[in-house]
Amino acid sequence: MVPPANRRPGYSRRAQYGNFLGYIIAFIGLAVGVAVLLISTGNTGAFSGARMAASDATAPVGEVAAKGRTEARGFLAAVGGFFTFGSRMADLDREVRIARVQLAEAEALKHENAQLKAMLKLSTEEPRPVAVSRLIGSTSTSSRRFATLGVGTDNGVRVGMPVRSPMGLVGRVLEVGNSSARVLLITDTESVVPVRRARDGIPAFATGRADGTLQLRLITLGINPLKQGDAFVTSGSGGLYWPGTAIAVVTEVTRDGAIARPLSDPGSTEFVEVQPLWTQPAPAAAQPAATAAPAAEPR
Amino acid sequence: MPGPYLDERHEFPRQRINRAPSPVLAVVMPWLLVMLGSLAPLLPLIASAPVVPPLGFLFLMAWQQLRPGLFPVWAGLPLGLFDDLFSGQPLGSAMALWSVAVIGMDYFEARFPWRGFALDWLLAALVIAAYLALSLQVANLAGGATPLFVLAPQLAVAVLIYPLTARIVGAVDRFRLIPVRAV
Repeated sequence: MVPPANRRPGYSRRAQYGNFLGYIIAFIGLAVGVAVLLISTGNTGAFSGARMAASDATAPVGEVAAKGRTEARGFLAAVGGFFTFGSRMADLDREVRIARVQLAEAEALKHENAQLKAMLKLSTEEPRPVAVSRLIGSTSTSSRRFATLGVGTDNGVRVGMPVRSPMGLVGRVLEVGNSSARVLLITDTESVVPVRRARDGIPAFATGRADGTLQLRLITLGINPLKQGDAFVTSGSGGLYWPGTAIAVVTEVTRDGAIARPLSDPGSTEFVEVQPLWTQPAPAAAQPAATAAPAAEPR
Repeated sequence: MPGPYLDERHEFPRQRINRAPSPVLAVVMPWLLVMLGSLAPLLPLIASAPVVPPLGFLFLMAWQQLRPGLFPVWAGLPLGLFDDLFSGQPLGSAMALWSVAVIGMDYFEARFPWRGFALDWLLAALVIAAYLALSLQVANLAGGATPLFVLAPQLAVAVLIYPLTARIVGAVDRFRLIPVRAV
Protein backbone atom coordinates (compact mmCIF):
# COMPACT_ATOMS: atom_id res chain seq x y z
CA MET A 1 0.00 0.00 0.00
CA VAL A 2 1.37 3.38 -0.93
CA PRO A 3 1.46 5.92 1.84
CA PRO A 4 0.35 9.40 0.82
CA ALA A 5 3.06 11.81 -0.26
CA ASN A 6 1.95 14.08 2.52
CA ARG A 7 2.77 12.14 5.65
CA ARG A 8 0.30 13.93 7.89
CA PRO A 9 -2.09 11.41 9.42
CA GLY A 10 -5.10 13.66 8.66
CA TYR A 11 -6.61 16.92 9.78
CA SER A 12 -6.64 15.90 13.42
CA ARG A 13 -4.18 18.05 15.34
CA ARG A 14 -4.08 15.38 17.99
CA ALA A 15 -2.96 12.71 15.52
CA GLN A 16 -0.39 15.06 13.97
CA TYR A 17 1.14 15.92 17.34
CA GLY A 18 1.08 12.25 18.33
CA ASN A 19 2.99 11.35 15.18
CA PHE A 20 5.54 14.10 15.77
CA LEU A 21 5.94 13.10 19.41
CA GLY A 22 6.65 9.54 18.29
CA TYR A 23 9.64 10.74 16.26
CA ILE A 24 10.90 12.88 19.13
CA ILE A 25 10.70 9.89 21.48
CA ALA A 26 12.46 7.74 18.89
CA PHE A 27 15.43 10.09 18.66
CA ILE A 28 15.55 10.54 22.44
CA GLY A 29 15.49 6.73 22.67
CA LEU A 30 18.43 6.55 20.29
CA ALA A 31 20.36 9.01 22.46
CA VAL A 32 19.49 7.02 25.59
CA GLY A 33 20.68 3.84 23.89
CA VAL A 34 24.01 5.41 22.97
CA ALA A 35 24.43 6.79 26.50
CA VAL A 36 23.73 3.40 28.09
CA LEU A 37 26.13 1.80 25.62
CA LEU A 38 28.90 4.24 26.55
CA ILE A 39 28.38 3.51 30.25
CA SER A 40 28.39 -0.25 29.75
CA THR A 41 31.46 -0.28 27.49
CA GLY A 42 33.35 1.88 29.98
CA ASN A 43 32.42 -0.42 32.85
CA THR A 44 31.55 -3.95 31.74
CA GLY A 45 30.16 -4.81 35.18
CA ALA A 46 27.53 -2.08 34.94
CA PHE A 47 23.93 -3.29 34.65
CA SER A 48 24.97 -6.82 35.59
CA GLY A 49 22.13 -6.73 38.14
CA ALA A 50 19.52 -6.28 35.40
CA ARG A 51 21.15 -8.96 33.25
CA MET A 52 21.27 -11.49 36.05
CA ALA A 53 17.68 -10.74 37.13
CA ALA A 54 16.56 -11.50 33.57
CA SER A 55 18.75 -14.58 33.53
CA ASP A 56 17.30 -15.81 36.85
CA ALA A 57 13.78 -15.29 35.53
CA THR A 58 14.35 -17.35 32.39
CA ALA A 59 16.56 -20.01 33.99
CA PRO A 60 13.70 -22.55 34.39
CA VAL A 61 12.97 -22.33 30.65
CA GLY A 62 16.64 -22.85 29.93
CA GLU A 63 16.75 -25.90 32.21
CA VAL A 64 13.94 -27.51 30.24
CA ALA A 65 15.64 -26.65 26.96
CA ALA A 66 18.95 -28.08 28.20
CA LYS A 67 17.25 -31.35 29.17
CA GLY A 68 15.70 -31.44 25.71
CA ARG A 69 19.13 -30.95 24.19
CA THR A 70 20.60 -34.04 25.82
CA GLU A 71 17.52 -36.13 25.15
CA ALA A 72 17.43 -35.16 21.48
CA ARG A 73 21.08 -36.06 21.10
CA GLY A 74 20.50 -39.40 22.82
CA PHE A 75 17.57 -40.13 20.49
CA LEU A 76 19.58 -39.32 17.34
CA ALA A 77 22.50 -41.40 18.60
CA ALA A 78 20.15 -44.34 19.22
CA VAL A 79 18.67 -44.12 15.72
CA GLY A 80 22.13 -43.85 14.18
CA GLY A 81 23.30 -46.77 16.30
CA PHE A 82 20.93 -49.22 14.59
CA PHE A 83 22.67 -48.76 11.27
CA THR A 84 26.21 -49.31 12.54
CA PHE A 85 25.41 -51.93 15.16
CA GLY A 86 27.20 -54.96 13.69
CA SER A 87 30.51 -53.36 12.81
CA ARG A 88 30.67 -51.46 16.09
CA MET A 89 29.98 -54.62 18.07
CA ALA A 90 32.97 -56.30 16.43
CA ASP A 91 35.15 -53.25 17.07
CA LEU A 92 34.08 -53.12 20.72
CA ASP A 93 34.84 -56.80 21.25
CA ARG A 94 38.35 -56.30 19.95
CA GLU A 95 38.84 -53.17 22.05
CA VAL A 96 37.64 -54.89 25.21
CA ARG A 97 40.25 -57.64 24.79
CA ILE A 98 43.01 -55.05 24.41
CA ALA A 99 41.62 -52.91 27.21
CA ARG A 100 41.70 -55.83 29.69
CA VAL A 101 45.44 -56.10 29.23
CA GLN A 102 45.92 -52.35 29.48
CA LEU A 103 43.77 -52.21 32.60
CA ALA A 104 46.11 -54.58 34.38
CA GLU A 105 49.07 -52.45 33.33
CA ALA A 106 47.29 -49.29 34.45
CA GLU A 107 46.68 -50.79 37.90
CA ALA A 108 50.40 -51.31 38.26
CA LEU A 109 51.12 -47.76 37.09
CA LYS A 110 48.54 -46.35 39.48
CA HIS A 111 50.21 -48.12 42.36
CA GLU A 112 53.62 -46.87 41.29
CA ASN A 113 52.24 -43.34 40.91
CA ALA A 114 50.79 -43.42 44.42
CA GLN A 115 54.15 -44.48 45.82
CA LEU A 116 56.02 -41.78 43.93
CA LYS A 117 53.55 -39.11 45.00
CA ALA A 118 53.85 -40.23 48.60
CA MET A 119 57.61 -39.92 48.26
CA LEU A 120 57.30 -36.38 46.90
CA LYS A 121 54.61 -35.50 49.49
CA LEU A 122 52.35 -34.12 46.78
CA SER A 123 48.65 -34.01 46.91
CA THR A 124 46.98 -34.13 43.51
CA GLU A 125 43.45 -34.33 44.73
CA GLU A 126 40.83 -32.78 42.54
CA PRO A 127 38.97 -30.07 44.40
CA ARG A 128 35.47 -30.87 45.57
CA PRO A 129 33.10 -29.12 43.15
CA VAL A 130 31.12 -26.22 44.58
CA ALA A 131 28.13 -27.11 42.41
CA VAL A 132 27.21 -29.30 39.48
CA SER A 133 24.81 -27.97 36.87
CA ARG A 134 23.75 -27.90 33.26
CA LEU A 135 24.77 -25.15 30.88
CA ILE A 136 21.33 -23.76 30.11
CA GLY A 137 22.11 -21.34 27.32
CA SER A 138 24.78 -19.49 25.40
CA THR A 139 25.03 -16.19 23.57
CA SER A 140 24.79 -17.89 20.21
CA THR A 141 23.87 -14.69 18.34
CA SER A 142 26.63 -12.45 19.71
CA SER A 143 30.31 -12.41 18.87
CA ARG A 144 31.05 -12.73 22.61
CA ARG A 145 31.12 -16.23 24.03
CA PHE A 146 29.15 -16.45 27.27
CA ALA A 147 27.12 -19.35 28.61
CA THR A 148 24.53 -19.45 31.35
CA LEU A 149 24.72 -21.90 34.25
CA GLY A 150 21.71 -23.14 36.20
CA VAL A 151 23.26 -22.40 39.62
CA GLY A 152 24.00 -19.10 41.37
CA THR A 153 24.83 -17.57 44.76
CA ASP A 154 22.17 -19.81 46.36
CA ASN A 155 24.44 -22.77 45.58
CA GLY A 156 27.64 -21.05 46.67
CA VAL A 157 28.84 -19.99 43.22
CA ARG A 158 31.02 -16.86 43.29
CA VAL A 159 32.60 -14.66 40.64
CA GLY A 160 35.84 -16.04 39.20
CA MET A 161 35.28 -19.73 39.95
CA PRO A 162 36.54 -22.08 37.22
CA VAL A 163 34.00 -24.25 35.41
CA ARG A 164 34.96 -27.60 33.93
CA SER A 165 33.34 -30.56 32.26
CA PRO A 166 34.60 -34.15 32.52
CA MET A 167 36.51 -33.49 29.26
CA GLY A 168 38.29 -30.33 30.30
CA LEU A 169 38.10 -26.65 31.16
CA VAL A 170 34.97 -24.79 30.04
CA GLY A 171 35.50 -21.28 31.40
CA ARG A 172 35.06 -19.19 34.51
CA VAL A 173 32.17 -17.50 36.26
CA LEU A 174 31.82 -13.85 35.26
CA GLU A 175 28.56 -12.67 36.85
CA VAL A 176 26.35 -14.39 39.42
CA GLY A 177 22.64 -14.15 40.04
CA ASN A 178 20.61 -15.95 42.69
CA SER A 179 19.88 -19.04 40.65
CA SER A 180 21.96 -18.60 37.51
CA ALA A 181 25.44 -17.48 36.57
CA ARG A 182 27.12 -16.18 33.45
CA VAL A 183 30.25 -18.06 32.36
CA LEU A 184 33.03 -16.61 30.21
CA LEU A 185 33.90 -19.53 27.90
CA ILE A 186 37.56 -20.18 27.10
CA THR A 187 36.78 -19.54 23.41
CA ASP A 188 35.88 -15.87 24.10
CA THR A 189 38.47 -13.38 22.92
CA GLU A 190 38.68 -11.83 26.39
CA SER A 191 39.53 -15.12 28.09
CA VAL A 192 43.22 -15.74 28.82
CA VAL A 193 44.23 -19.03 30.47
CA PRO A 194 47.82 -19.80 31.52
CA VAL A 195 48.60 -23.27 30.16
CA ARG A 196 51.54 -25.61 29.71
CA ARG A 197 52.27 -28.52 27.45
CA ALA A 198 51.20 -31.70 29.25
CA ARG A 199 54.35 -33.57 28.21
CA ASP A 200 57.13 -31.21 29.27
CA GLY A 201 55.56 -28.08 30.74
CA ILE A 202 56.35 -25.48 28.06
CA PRO A 203 54.35 -22.47 29.30
CA ALA A 204 51.91 -20.57 27.07
CA PHE A 205 48.74 -18.51 27.14
CA ALA A 206 45.52 -19.74 25.59
CA THR A 207 43.22 -16.99 24.30
CA GLY A 208 39.93 -17.56 22.53
CA ARG A 209 39.42 -16.75 18.85
CA ALA A 210 35.59 -16.58 19.05
CA ASP A 211 35.21 -19.20 16.30
CA GLY A 212 35.48 -22.21 18.59
CA THR A 213 39.28 -22.51 18.60
CA LEU A 214 42.04 -21.22 20.85
CA GLN A 215 45.22 -19.30 20.05
CA LEU A 216 48.22 -20.57 22.00
CA ARG A 217 50.96 -17.98 22.55
CA LEU A 218 54.29 -19.18 23.88
CA ILE A 219 55.81 -17.19 26.70
CA THR A 220 59.40 -17.95 25.75
CA LEU A 221 60.12 -16.65 22.27
CA GLY A 222 62.43 -18.46 19.92
CA ILE A 223 62.09 -21.65 17.91
CA ASN A 224 58.52 -22.86 18.01
CA PRO A 225 58.67 -26.36 19.54
CA LEU A 226 54.95 -27.11 19.19
CA LYS A 227 53.68 -29.96 17.05
CA GLN A 228 50.30 -30.98 15.85
CA GLY A 229 48.58 -33.15 18.45
CA ASP A 230 50.32 -31.66 21.50
CA ALA A 231 47.99 -31.67 24.49
CA PHE A 232 47.86 -28.67 26.79
CA VAL A 233 46.68 -28.45 30.40
CA THR A 234 46.17 -25.47 32.69
CA SER A 235 49.30 -24.52 34.59
CA GLY A 236 47.59 -22.84 37.53
CA SER A 237 50.09 -20.01 37.54
CA GLY A 238 48.59 -16.81 38.82
CA GLY A 239 45.83 -18.67 40.61
CA LEU A 240 42.17 -18.92 39.55
CA TYR A 241 42.30 -22.06 37.38
CA TRP A 242 43.30 -25.35 39.02
CA PRO A 243 46.50 -26.79 37.56
CA GLY A 244 46.33 -29.90 35.44
CA THR A 245 42.90 -29.43 33.90
CA ALA A 246 42.96 -30.57 30.29
CA ILE A 247 42.18 -27.72 27.92
CA ALA A 248 43.13 -28.16 24.25
CA VAL A 249 45.02 -30.06 21.55
CA VAL A 250 47.14 -28.31 18.90
CA THR A 251 45.62 -28.55 15.43
CA GLU A 252 47.75 -26.09 13.48
CA VAL A 253 51.17 -24.63 14.23
CA THR A 254 51.62 -20.91 13.55
CA ARG A 255 54.72 -18.73 13.58
CA ASP A 256 54.57 -17.69 17.23
CA GLY A 257 52.46 -20.44 18.71
CA ALA A 258 49.61 -22.62 17.58
CA ILE A 259 45.91 -22.86 17.04
CA ALA A 260 44.29 -25.45 19.27
CA ARG A 261 40.93 -27.17 19.50
CA PRO A 262 39.36 -27.15 22.98
CA LEU A 263 38.84 -30.63 24.42
CA SER A 264 35.60 -29.82 26.19
CA ASP A 265 32.80 -29.09 23.76
CA PRO A 266 30.32 -27.28 26.01
CA GLY A 267 27.54 -28.25 23.60
CA SER A 268 27.99 -31.98 24.04
CA THR A 269 28.50 -32.19 27.80
CA GLU A 270 25.45 -32.67 29.95
CA PHE A 271 26.80 -31.49 33.29
CA VAL A 272 29.61 -29.15 34.22
CA GLU A 273 31.08 -28.59 37.67
CA VAL A 274 31.97 -25.31 39.30
CA GLN A 275 35.26 -25.55 41.15
CA PRO A 276 36.40 -23.40 44.05
CA LEU A 277 39.02 -20.75 43.29
CA TRP A 278 42.57 -22.05 43.11
CA THR A 279 45.02 -20.12 45.20
CA GLN A 280 48.59 -20.75 44.33
CA PRO A 281 50.77 -21.99 47.18
CA ALA A 282 53.95 -20.07 48.00
CA PRO A 283 56.47 -20.49 45.15
CA ALA A 284 58.95 -22.38 47.30
CA ALA A 285 56.40 -24.96 48.40
CA ALA A 286 55.71 -26.58 45.08
CA GLN A 287 56.64 -26.47 41.44
CA PRO A 288 53.35 -26.16 39.60
CA ALA A 289 54.67 -28.21 36.71
CA ALA A 290 55.59 -31.12 38.95
CA THR A 291 52.39 -30.88 40.96
CA ALA A 292 50.14 -31.20 38.00
CA ALA A 293 51.98 -33.75 35.92
CA PRO A 294 50.19 -36.91 37.16
CA ALA A 295 46.78 -35.30 36.74
CA ALA A 296 47.57 -34.20 33.19
CA GLU A 297 45.61 -36.94 31.47
CA PRO A 298 41.97 -36.05 30.95
CA ARG A 299 39.79 -38.07 33.27
CA MET B 1 -22.58 -21.44 -0.45
CA PRO B 2 -19.26 -22.06 -2.21
CA GLY B 3 -16.92 -19.13 -1.93
CA PRO B 4 -13.38 -18.07 -1.26
CA TYR B 5 -13.93 -18.28 2.50
CA LEU B 6 -15.00 -21.92 2.48
CA ASP B 7 -11.70 -23.23 3.88
CA GLU B 8 -11.44 -20.57 6.49
CA ARG B 9 -15.00 -21.24 7.54
CA HIS B 10 -14.05 -24.85 8.14
CA GLU B 11 -11.10 -23.76 10.20
CA PHE B 12 -13.08 -21.27 12.21
CA PRO B 13 -16.66 -22.44 12.14
CA ARG B 14 -17.81 -19.37 13.99
CA GLN B 15 -19.76 -16.58 12.50
CA ARG B 16 -17.64 -14.07 10.55
CA ILE B 17 -20.16 -11.31 10.37
CA ASN B 18 -20.26 -8.93 13.32
CA ARG B 19 -16.84 -10.10 14.45
CA ALA B 20 -13.68 -8.06 14.95
CA PRO B 21 -10.11 -8.99 15.86
CA SER B 22 -9.28 -8.92 19.55
CA PRO B 23 -7.45 -5.64 20.17
CA VAL B 24 -5.24 -7.24 22.80
CA LEU B 25 -4.09 -9.98 20.43
CA ALA B 26 -3.66 -7.53 17.55
CA VAL B 27 -1.41 -5.23 19.58
CA VAL B 28 0.49 -7.72 21.71
CA MET B 29 1.42 -10.41 19.17
CA PRO B 30 3.99 -8.39 17.17
CA TRP B 31 5.86 -7.34 20.33
CA LEU B 32 5.66 -10.86 21.70
CA LEU B 33 7.10 -12.42 18.54
CA VAL B 34 10.09 -10.05 18.49
CA MET B 35 10.76 -10.69 22.19
CA LEU B 36 10.50 -14.42 21.60
CA GLY B 37 13.14 -14.05 18.88
CA SER B 38 15.37 -12.22 21.37
CA LEU B 39 15.26 -15.28 23.61
CA ALA B 40 17.33 -17.23 21.04
CA PRO B 41 20.20 -17.58 23.59
CA LEU B 42 17.90 -19.95 25.51
CA LEU B 43 17.80 -22.34 22.54
CA PRO B 44 19.04 -25.81 23.45
CA LEU B 45 22.35 -25.14 21.73
CA ILE B 46 25.66 -24.19 23.31
CA ALA B 47 27.45 -22.54 20.44
CA SER B 48 31.21 -22.12 20.36
CA ALA B 49 30.98 -19.54 17.58
CA PRO B 50 28.33 -16.95 16.63
CA VAL B 51 26.10 -19.05 14.36
CA VAL B 52 22.49 -18.34 15.30
CA PRO B 53 20.98 -15.41 13.37
CA PRO B 54 19.71 -12.49 15.47
CA LEU B 55 16.11 -13.72 15.35
CA GLY B 56 14.61 -10.82 17.30
CA PHE B 57 16.10 -8.32 14.86
CA LEU B 58 14.95 -10.36 11.84
CA PHE B 59 11.39 -10.49 13.19
CA LEU B 60 11.43 -6.75 13.87
CA MET B 61 12.51 -6.00 10.28
CA ALA B 62 9.97 -8.41 8.84
CA TRP B 63 7.17 -6.69 10.81
CA GLN B 64 8.41 -3.30 9.62
CA GLN B 65 8.29 -4.43 6.01
CA LEU B 66 4.98 -6.29 6.20
CA ARG B 67 3.11 -3.67 8.25
CA PRO B 68 4.89 -0.32 8.08
CA GLY B 69 3.77 1.84 10.98
CA LEU B 70 2.54 -1.05 13.11
CA PHE B 71 5.40 -0.54 15.55
CA PRO B 72 5.85 3.03 16.80
CA VAL B 73 9.08 4.66 15.62
CA TRP B 74 10.51 4.38 19.14
CA ALA B 75 9.94 0.60 19.33
CA GLY B 76 13.69 -0.06 18.91
CA LEU B 77 14.46 1.18 22.42
CA PRO B 78 12.31 -1.16 24.60
CA LEU B 79 12.73 -4.15 22.29
CA GLY B 80 16.48 -3.54 22.12
CA LEU B 81 16.68 -3.34 25.92
CA PHE B 82 15.00 -6.74 26.18
CA ASP B 83 17.38 -8.18 23.58
CA ASP B 84 20.44 -6.79 25.38
CA LEU B 85 19.48 -8.55 28.60
CA PHE B 86 20.02 -11.93 26.95
CA SER B 87 22.27 -11.46 23.92
CA GLY B 88 25.61 -11.09 25.71
CA GLN B 89 26.27 -7.76 24.01
CA PRO B 90 27.05 -4.80 26.28
CA LEU B 91 23.78 -3.25 27.45
CA GLY B 92 22.74 -0.44 25.12
CA SER B 93 24.09 -2.07 21.96
CA ALA B 94 20.74 -3.25 20.63
CA MET B 95 18.97 -0.26 22.21
CA ALA B 96 20.97 2.08 19.98
CA LEU B 97 21.28 -0.10 16.87
CA TRP B 98 17.63 -1.21 16.79
CA SER B 99 16.52 2.41 17.25
CA VAL B 100 18.63 3.42 14.25
CA ALA B 101 17.27 0.48 12.24
CA VAL B 102 13.61 1.29 12.95
CA ILE B 103 14.06 4.99 12.19
CA GLY B 104 16.04 4.14 9.05
CA MET B 105 13.48 1.65 7.77
CA ASP B 106 10.68 4.13 8.44
CA TYR B 107 12.54 6.65 6.27
CA PHE B 108 13.15 4.04 3.55
CA GLU B 109 9.46 3.11 3.58
CA ALA B 110 8.53 6.74 2.92
CA ARG B 111 11.05 7.10 0.09
CA PHE B 112 10.46 3.78 -1.73
CA PRO B 113 6.83 2.82 -1.21
CA TRP B 114 6.55 0.48 -4.24
CA ARG B 115 8.62 -2.57 -3.52
CA GLY B 116 8.62 -6.29 -4.23
CA PHE B 117 9.89 -8.91 -1.85
CA ALA B 118 13.23 -9.11 -3.69
CA LEU B 119 13.97 -5.47 -2.87
CA ASP B 120 12.77 -6.02 0.69
CA TRP B 121 15.13 -8.97 1.00
CA LEU B 122 18.04 -7.03 -0.46
CA LEU B 123 17.42 -4.17 1.97
CA ALA B 124 17.12 -6.63 4.85
CA ALA B 125 20.40 -8.29 3.84
CA LEU B 126 22.20 -4.94 3.83
CA VAL B 127 20.71 -3.94 7.18
CA ILE B 128 21.58 -7.33 8.72
CA ALA B 129 25.18 -7.07 7.50
CA ALA B 130 25.53 -3.57 8.89
CA TYR B 131 23.87 -4.58 12.17
CA LEU B 132 26.11 -7.64 12.69
CA ALA B 133 29.27 -5.71 11.86
CA LEU B 134 28.37 -2.82 14.18
CA SER B 135 27.38 -5.24 16.97
CA LEU B 136 30.78 -6.85 16.64
CA GLN B 137 32.53 -3.46 16.85
CA VAL B 138 30.50 -2.59 19.94
CA ALA B 139 31.31 -5.94 21.59
CA ASN B 140 34.98 -5.36 20.80
CA LEU B 141 34.84 -1.91 22.44
CA ALA B 142 33.63 -3.62 25.61
CA GLY B 143 36.55 -6.03 25.83
CA GLY B 144 36.40 -8.50 22.94
CA ALA B 145 38.86 -8.69 20.06
CA THR B 146 36.92 -10.68 17.51
CA PRO B 147 37.96 -10.41 13.86
CA LEU B 148 35.25 -9.56 11.33
CA PHE B 149 35.48 -12.78 9.29
CA VAL B 150 34.06 -14.78 12.20
CA LEU B 151 30.66 -13.31 11.26
CA ALA B 152 30.57 -14.79 7.74
CA PRO B 153 28.61 -17.99 8.56
CA GLN B 154 26.16 -16.12 10.78
CA LEU B 155 25.56 -13.48 8.09
CA ALA B 156 24.92 -16.15 5.45
CA VAL B 157 22.47 -18.00 7.71
CA ALA B 158 20.69 -14.78 8.68
CA VAL B 159 20.24 -13.60 5.07
CA LEU B 160 19.06 -17.02 3.88
CA ILE B 161 16.64 -17.45 6.78
CA TYR B 162 15.09 -14.01 6.35
CA PRO B 163 12.30 -15.12 3.94
CA LEU B 164 11.35 -17.79 6.48
CA THR B 165 11.05 -15.21 9.27
CA ALA B 166 8.94 -13.08 6.91
CA ARG B 167 6.62 -16.07 6.40
CA ILE B 168 6.40 -16.63 10.16
CA VAL B 169 5.58 -12.96 10.64
CA GLY B 170 2.90 -13.28 7.93
CA ALA B 171 1.36 -16.28 9.70
CA VAL B 172 1.39 -14.50 13.06
CA ASP B 173 -0.13 -11.45 11.37
CA ARG B 174 -3.06 -13.55 10.11
CA PHE B 175 -3.40 -15.14 13.53
CA ARG B 176 -3.54 -11.84 15.38
CA LEU B 177 -6.27 -10.54 13.03
CA ILE B 178 -8.60 -13.53 13.39
CA PRO B 179 -12.04 -12.06 14.12
CA VAL B 180 -12.84 -13.53 17.51
CA ARG B 181 -14.58 -10.71 19.31
CA ALA B 182 -18.32 -10.18 18.92
CA VAL B 183 -18.95 -6.56 18.05
